[in-house]
Amino acid sequence: MSSTTNSPTHHTSTIGSIGTPSRRNTELALLIFAVAIPVFAYANVGLAINDQVPSGLLGYGLGLGLLAGVAHLVVRKFAPYADPLLLPLATLLNGLGLVVIWRLDQSKLLQSLHVSGGKATNQLLYTALGIALFVVTLVFLKDHRVLQRYTYISMAAALVLLLLPLVPGLGLNVYGAKIWISVGGFTIQPGEFAKIVLAIFFAGYLMVKRDALALASRRFMGLYLPRGRDLGPILVVWFISILILVFETDLGTSLLFFGMFVIMLYVATERTSWIVFGLLMSAVGAVGVASFEPHVQQRVQAWLDPMKEYKLSQQGVAGHSEQAMQALWAFGSGGTLGTGLGQGHSDLIRFAANSDFILATFGEELGLAGIMAILLIYGLIVERGVRTALAARDPFGKLLAVGLSGAFALQVFVVAGGVMGLIPLTGMTMPFLAYGGSSVIANWALIGILIRISDTARRPAPAPAANPDAEMTQVVRP
Amino acid sequence: MNKPLRRIAIFCGLLVLTLLLRDNWLQYVKADTLKTDPKNRRVTIARYATPRGDIIVDGNPITGSTKTTSKSSLNDLEYKRTYKNGPMWAPVTGYASQAFGANQLENLEDGILTGNDDRLFFRNTLNMVTGKKQQGGNVVTTLNAAAQKAAYNGLKAQGGKGAVVALDPSTGKILALASYPSYDPSSFAGTSDTDAKAWNKLQKKYDPSDPMLNRALRETYPPGSTFKVVTAAAALENGLYTSADENTDSPLPWTMPGTTTQLKNEGSIPCKNATMRIALRYSCNTVFGKIGADLGNDKMLDEAKKFGFTSEQYTPVRSSASVFSDGMNTSQTALSSIGQYNTAATPLQMAMVASAVANDGKLMKPYMIDELQSSSLDPVSKTEPQEMSQPLSAKNAQILQSMMETVVKDGTGKNAQMNGVTVGGKTGTAQHGVENSENPYAWFISYAKLPDGSSPVAVAVVIEDDQANRDDISGGGLAAPIAKSVMEAVIQSKK
Repeated sequence: MSSTTNSPTHHTSTIGSIGTPSRRNTELALLIFAVAIPVFAYANVGLAINDQVPSGLLGYGLGLGLLAGVAHLVVRKFAPYADPLLLPLATLLNGLGLVVIWRLDQSKLLQSLHVSGGKATNQLLYTALGIALFVVTLVFLKDHRVLQRYTYISMAAALVLLLLPLVPGLGLNVYGAKIWISVGGFTIQPGEFAKIVLAIFFAGYLMVKRDALALASRRFMGLYLPRGRDLGPILVVWFISILILVFETDLGTSLLFFGMFVIMLYVATERTSWIVFGLLMSAVGAVGVASFEPHVQQRVQAWLDPMKEYKLSQQGVAGHSEQAMQALWAFGSGGTLGTGLGQGHSDLIRFAANSDFILATFGEELGLAGIMAILLIYGLIVERGVRTALAARDPFGKLLAVGLSGAFALQVFVVAGGVMGLIPLTGMTMPFLAYGGSSVIANWALIGILIRISDTARRPAPAPAANPDAEMTQVVRP
Repeated sequence: MNKPLRRIAIFCGLLVLTLLLRDNWLQYVKADTLKTDPKNRRVTIARYATPRGDIIVDGNPITGSTKTTSKSSLNDLEYKRTYKNGPMWAPVTGYASQAFGANQLENLEDGILTGNDDRLFFRNTLNMVTGKKQQGGNVVTTLNAAAQKAAYNGLKAQGGKGAVVALDPSTGKILALASYPSYDPSSFAGTSDTDAKAWNKLQKKYDPSDPMLNRALRETYPPGSTFKVVTAAAALENGLYTSADENTDSPLPWTMPGTTTQLKNEGSIPCKNATMRIALRYSCNTVFGKIGADLGNDKMLDEAKKFGFTSEQYTPVRSSASVFSDGMNTSQTALSSIGQYNTAATPLQMAMVASAVANDGKLMKPYMIDELQSSSLDPVSKTEPQEMSQPLSAKNAQILQSMMETVVKDGTGKNAQMNGVTVGGKTGTAQHGVENSENPYAWFISYAKLPDGSSPVAVAVVIEDDQANRDDISGGGLAAPIAKSVMEAVIQSKK
């Protein structure tokens, strides 16, 4: 390369970045499918169960289409360079979740247990609220770096949210897990919101402290050991996670927060030693708590031998649940292609069939093929999130994006793994699919923030100012 | 920061990959195990989702299905099983209960009866396209309604516990399979409290007569003197004696080798050096005990095995294995050869013995499913008769036939004589209980031979009656009349 090619190369790349397509039309095309697929699925359920196209088909289709349309228009206006996949993928999952919730609404067994019945209407309402929060996020959060200002407020807010379920009179104990609060007849799962707020705090905190954490360390056996005082924050987060585990008996949330922190710490410092520390600490914490907390022990027992747990529950032994085994049977009975929507018997799972265990219904009625598709959709959302982190130009955006995507991935793993018997069951729900207002609303906010970061990341750099030197040379005076 | 980001991307990918692998393990590798797990409620739901196919005898269904009527809206089982003449057919059908599962034919052919069998896949797909509801197929049995009725009514009239098995010697078709006391599978086919009560009442701990035991297939009794037919076959096959009318080397009294115990005969009967024909006619313990001792354990066991002893039979309903021990000393072999000591046989086994003799030495594999049909009565599979073994040559079989015919003509089996039909048989009165303290079992095995030389039926009857007077129990008195009426029923229905 001779020096003469320098200037043209530079020039071309600038033009290229100006021409980055916004991909909004791609998003729109994908959205049409994301709405059409659930609408067909809905008709399918109605035909399978009642031999007729459900009367709510038009309203439902219009509702979902309208929500998706509004979201799309807002993205088009306020985040034109955003990632085109995130919105359609989330819409598709949300729509399929609605269909299956409606399908479980039709189960007489679940109706008699007051688990289902009219829940799909509620879920559509929650979806509307979620989209509203998504819109608010995009309209008012012009630049995600604004969130950096609220680092310590976020910390306080997250702590409050996490502690709320422990407040007497406000917290609810549902089947042993204390992760809900009750406000004016509504139950809210503050942990879902805490996830986002904590990610903001971690991103802000780590952005400031990352150099100290990364560089001031001693080398020991090939690992960079952090200084004692830098261990402080990870110890605090670890301790809070343990507290959540002990007092709210919720293994999932605890794992989720700690995992998210370790991921962000690793990305911020580029130090593998943090991962090693994180794994060690979570192992110590989980084993330690499991040694004295009967609720956690029971979950582990149910995971190791679901059949024994099933038999105990059939004999009416208190504190045992048939759900784990019922979920496995649901998956197994679905086989490769599933029974078809509306034709399975996943209502045998009874309690939480449409929330924590909703994946089992997908497994039975859509089969291995359906679950693989759904897991890949989740995988795509996560990878688009990490891609956003890669593309982001500021460290805060990178950390926030990877924190949110990592937490999303961990949640999917912990819930799906739990329902499929890969790890012990926890009290969390599949994002977008499961019935529950907090989860849907919080996850739409999460997608909103990711879209905002991706918009900033993909937005073309402002055109460079005209090169004064070049201009000078053009001045030719005769 | 991008290097750790890429690693996190890989890590998240691995998380999803782990889930995908787990899902494949669950929904592909383990799918069938989970799907067919009897505890999986879906198995029961599928079993009763459609009107169940029927079990058919002589072209008429002996089962039915009715819509479940339940006040509870939670009943997810749509149809309930009904039975016609349940107690009579229970040893054949088994039961299919919404609450208590299924057994025997109802369980083994569940796939055909519910219509879920893979062999019905094409038809089900066709039905799905044409919008017809899936229907169960039928199981056509080999049974003969008249023979079954004669067998069951005979046992019922007798009042004690007992069982009857009738076979078609030339094919192995099971013609009658009765057990008494029996139960009505309709009484607990549903899920109500009444059904539960009926079920509990039938359990052995509440009913010592154990009505749910299928005595024809699952109970083994000491066969007593009926086993002498096997011993005679062994003597002929091993060349110990070559004719029915050759004098045997049989001292009387006979002290069993290696002991000081004399083997006793019932009453003073002419057993000294008697021919096998005489010995079988009078049921000489000394003669057949000595034959067993002379042949030895191994040869006796070989012959018994050829008749089907020591292995379970799959008809396809499984029968218990009949017993003839190995590793016995000479005196134990002698006792075993007259159907005592450890020897024990199911009624099916003794019917197989009679059937092999009647069929000129060829033992046909006993079976009770003639054909499996789809719901539109097209055959799905048909059972072909199968030769199981040849316990004795045709010549020796004919010698044994003539001996057994003498038993009925002149001996202990006179009660089984029929006009115009040659009947061969053997009575048995087996001791049981410590020191012969309990009432003996009355046995009768026989076959009928028509003038054209064909043999349409072989029967085994056993009666265990702890109420009856001891003297009344003898194979000829209690069991032979039942065998006769079963044989008559089969011959009548052939005409």
